Amino acid sequence: MLNFTIRRLVLSIPTLLFISLVIFLLLQLAPGDPMAQVPLTVPPEVKQKMREALGLGAPIHIQYIKWLQQFFVVEPSVFIDYLTNKSFLLGWLPDTQLSMTVDPVTGELVEKQRVISWQTRSPVMDIVIQRMPQTLWVVGLSYLVGILIAIPIGIYSAYRHYSLFDQAGTFITMVGFSIPPFFTGPLLIVIFSVSLGWLPSIYDTTLVVDSWATFKTQFLQMIMPVMVLALQTTAQISRYMRSAMLDNLNQDYVRTARAKGLKESVVVMVHVLRNSMIPVVTIIAMGMPAIFGGAIITENVFKVNGIGQLLLTALFANDLPMVMTLTFIFAILIVLFNLIADILYGVLDPRIRYD
Amino acid sequence: MKMRTLLMGAIATTAFAPVAFADGHEGERGRDGQLNIIYWQAPSILNPFLSGGTKDLEAASLVLEPLGRYDENGALVPFLAEEIPTVENGGVSEDLTSITWKIAEGMQWSDGTPVTSADVKFTAEYCMHPEGGCAQGAKFSGVESVEAVDERTIKVTFDGPQPNPYQPFMGAQSPILQMAQFKDCLGPKAPECTEANFNPIGTGPFVVKDFRPNDVIQFEANPNYRDPSKPAFATVNFKGGGDAAAAGRAVLETGEFDYAWNLQLAPDVIAKMAEAGKGTPISAFGTLVERIEINLTNPSPDLPAETRSTIAEPHPILSDFKVRKALSMAIDRELLTEVGYGQAGRATCNFVPAPALYASDNTECLTQDIEGAKALLEEAGWTDTDGDGIRDKDGMKFSLLFQTSTNAVRQDFQALIKDFWNQIGVETELRNLDGSVFFGGDPGSPDTFQKFYADVEMYANNFDGTDPQAYLGSRRCGTEPKPSSQWQGENINRFCDPAYDALLDELETTGELEKRGEIARKLNDMLTKDTMTILPLVDRGRVSAASTTLGGVVLNVWDSELWNVADWYRKK
Repeated sequence: MLNFTIRRLVLSIPTLLFISLVIFLLLQLAPGDPMAQVPLTVPPEVKQKMREALGLGAPIHIQYIKWLQQFFVVEPSVFIDYLTNKSFLLGWLPDTQLSMTVDPVTGELVEKQRVISWQTRSPVMDIVIQRMPQTLWVVGLSYLVGILIAIPIGIYSAYRHYSLFDQAGTFITMVGFSIPPFFTGPLLIVIFSVSLGWLPSIYDTTLVVDSWATFKTQFLQMIMPVMVLALQTTAQISRYMRSAMLDNLNQDYVRTARAKGLKESVVVMVHVLRNSMIPVVTIIAMGMPAIFGGAIITENVFKVNGIGQLLLTALFANDLPMVMTLTFIFAILIVLFNLIADILYGVLDPRIRYD
Repeated sequence: MKMRTLLMGAIATTAFAPVAFADGHEGERGRDGQLNIIYWQAPSILNPFLSGGTKDLEAASLVLEPLGRYDENGALVPFLAEEIPTVENGGVSEDLTSITWKIAEGMQWSDGTPVTSADVKFTAEYCMHPEGGCAQGAKFSGVESVEAVDERTIKVTFDGPQPNPYQPFMGAQSPILQMAQFKDCLGPKAPECTEANFNPIGTGPFVVKDFRPNDVIQFEANPNYRDPSKPAFATVNFKGGGDAAAAGRAVLETGEFDYAWNLQLAPDVIAKMAEAGKGTPISAFGTLVERIEINLTNPSPDLPAETRSTIAEPHPILSDFKVRKALSMAIDRELLTEVGYGQAGRATCNFVPAPALYASDNTECLTQDIEGAKALLEEAGWTDTDGDGIRDKDGMKFSLLFQTSTNAVRQDFQALIKDFWNQIGVETELRNLDGSVFFGGDPGSPDTFQKFYADVEMYANNFDGTDPQAYLGSRRCGTEPKPSSQWQGENINRFCDPAYDALLDELETTGELEKRGEIARKLNDMLTKDTMTILPLVDRGRVSAASTTLGGVVLNVWDSELWNVADWYRKK
C-alpha cells in the first residue's frame, strides 16, 4: 500500500504540471480583457498602459514560467517563513528568510514577487486564506449535515423498499437533485427574510463569535445557506446509500446472519451497513474537494463571499492569476482526494489490494 | 452663470443645509452607531489610481478626498482646498495655462499629521509615473509640471491653454494620497504596497479598520476629521457582492442595509420592492444618453472592405436630412422611457443633456408626429409605388438594418422603434450582438459598434466630470473609425462639417463659462436637431436606494455617490 501511495504521488506531479499548462492556455485563449470593467470614459491609451503594468506585454511562455516559479517556489517559501517566524506551533525554530531576496540596487532585503491578483494588486494566497473560514464553515457544515441526513434516509429507504417512505424519499431526493440552488436560495430568502423576517438574507463575514448572542446570530445566518447546500448533498448521497444497501440486503451472508438468529437491528446496522459503507465512503471522500472549492452560486445568493464567490468575481474581472491559482488549487485537491478515496477503499475492503 | 456665482450658490446651499435639516440630529461624532452600505459589486482595492472601477473609487471616497468635488448639480465645491481657483479670483492664469490651488488651513490626515503641498505634488508624481499604469492617467494628460510653491500652495502648469483646468485633484477619480505612506510605492512598485493600497490614510470622514478584498470593508469615524460633530456614524459596514436585486431587497424589503448603490433593475421590480416601505429609491440624472446613431456612410456588403462604411461611400438613403428627420419624428420617446426606464429615465433630444449650463433647450423631438414624418418622406421622394406598404424611390426599397447590444430593454426598444418606423412605411431589420463583442473594439470582427456594418445602431454613452469638450470633440472630421486607424475612433456617424470643427476650435480656447456653454449648446444642436445625425432617446439616470431611517443623503452622479457621507445621520 505504501508503495502504491508513493507511486501515485510521484505520478501526480506530471499530471498536475500538465493540468496547470492546460488551464493556463485555456485562459489565454478565452476572450476577455482585464480592462473590461474600466468605464468607457477611460481612453484607450490609458488602458494600454494599465495592461502593461499588469505584465500583459510579456510573451506567453514567460508569463507561464513566472507563474510556475511564483506558485511552486515563492509561495511555499513564504509559508515556511511564516511557520518559523510567527506560527504558534513551529515558532521556536530559527527564523528563516527564504522568501526574501537582496535588491541588487539598494542592497536591502525585499520580498520576492508572489502571485499577484490583477484586481486587488495583492498576493492571491493571502486572500484565499482569508476566504477559507467562511467557505469551510458554511460549505463544510452543509456537507456534514447532508451526510447525517442522507445516511439514515438511505438505510431506511432500502430496508423498506417501495414503501411509502421510500417513495417519498425518492421524490424528495429527485426534487433536491433537480432544483438548482439559484432557485431554492432566493425562494427561501423571500419566505424567511422578506415575508417572515426571521433570518438575515445577507451573511455577515465579519461576525466574531464570542458570546451566546453572537453565536445565535451566526447560527441564524448559517441556516439558509447550509440547508440549501445540504439539500443537494442529501439527495446525492442518500441515493448511493440506498442502492449500496439494496445490493447487500439480498446477499447470502445476510440470510446466514438472520438464520443464526441475530436481531434484525444487528443484521442491518452492523453487517449490512458496514459493507454498504465502502462505496459511500469513497463517494464522500471524492466530494471533499468541492467543499474547498466552495459553492459558487449559493455563496453568491447569500453573500457568503467565500472561495466560490472569489472565483466568480475573478472570472468576471478576467483576473487571470487569481483564476489560474484557484483552479489549480482545486486540481491539486481533486488529485489528492482521489488518491485518498483509493486508499480508503483498500483499507475498508481487505479484498482490494493494489500491490 | 459665472463660476463664482455657481460657487457661491454651492456654498450657500451647504451653509443653509444644516439649518434646513436641523431636526435634532446635530451632536457629537459617532452618535448614530453603525451605517450599513451594500454595493453589489464588491470593491477590490482602495487606491483609485490602480483601479478604474466605479465600485473601488466610491469605496475609497469615504477615506480619500480630492482638493475639490462636484456637488449634486455638477458645481465645484472645495474639499481640501480653501476655494476653487478661477480666473476671477486669480487662481487660474489669464492664459489658462496654469492653476494654483491652496489647501485650507488646518487640514489633517487621519494620523494627525498636516496635509501639505508635498502630498499633492507626490500624488501627481505617483499617477504620472510612466511604469505605474495609473488608471487616472487621463486626468493628468497635458500637465507639464506640478510645483509646491509653499507649505499649502500648489501650482499646476499645463503644456497649453486648458479651459477646463479642473482635471487633476478634482473629483472621486483624483484624490490626494499621503506621501509618507506611498513614498516607496512609485511606478512598478505600486502593487507591492498591499498594506497601503488596502488601508490608505486619508482625510475623509472615515478610516479603514479592516479591508477584505471583494468582500467587506469596515470603517471607523476619523478621530481627526475637520468637523468635530461629524460623521454622525461611528462605524461603517461596507458589504460587497451579490446582484442588484439582492442589494435592493436588503434595503427596500428587509431593511438589513441602509444604502444600496446603482440598482440596475426594471422599473416595476424596484416599485414592487419599495412597497415594503423600509426604504425609498432615489434617482438623479447625469450625462448618460441612450441614442440611435445614424450611419452617414454606406454599409452595404456589396462594397469592397476598403470602402464599406467609410466616407468614400455616402449612405444612399440616410444622407438626406429629411429622411433622418422623418425617422426621428416617428419615434415616441416618452413611451420608450416609460417602458424601459420608468423613474430612472427621461425622454431627451440632447446629446449633452446636462449640466444645465451645457444643455440645450431642444425639445421639439419629444412629440411624436407620424403624419409629419410621412409628409417629409413624400417630399423627399420616397413613395410607395408598388403598394406593399414599404416606401421606395428609384427602384430602391426603404429598408434599414438596426443593430444594438443584447439587453432586454434594448430589444424592447428595437421592437417598438421597428413598429414606429413601419407606420411611416420604413422596413426595419433588427439585429442584436453580445455586448462583449459589440463594444469590444476588435478590428477583425465585423460586429463592433465602431465598424458600424449597419444603417442605424443604438447604445448609451456619457462623459466624465462636467465638461463636454472632449465628448463633443469626438465628432470632429477625420476621427471616424476607418481601416487605416484599425477601425478605432469615436466619430461613429462619420460626421464631418467644417463649421462644426471651427466651433470646436473656438471651444478649446474659450475660458469663460457662459461662452463655453453657448458654444457647447450650439455644437449639441448641430449634431441633433440641425442635422439629425444622432437621435437621442432617453437620458438615463442612476437609481440607488436609501433606508427611510437614513438622513442627509444627496444622490450625486458627478462625483462619488458617497461624497457627502460625513453629513449622513440616523433619523430618530
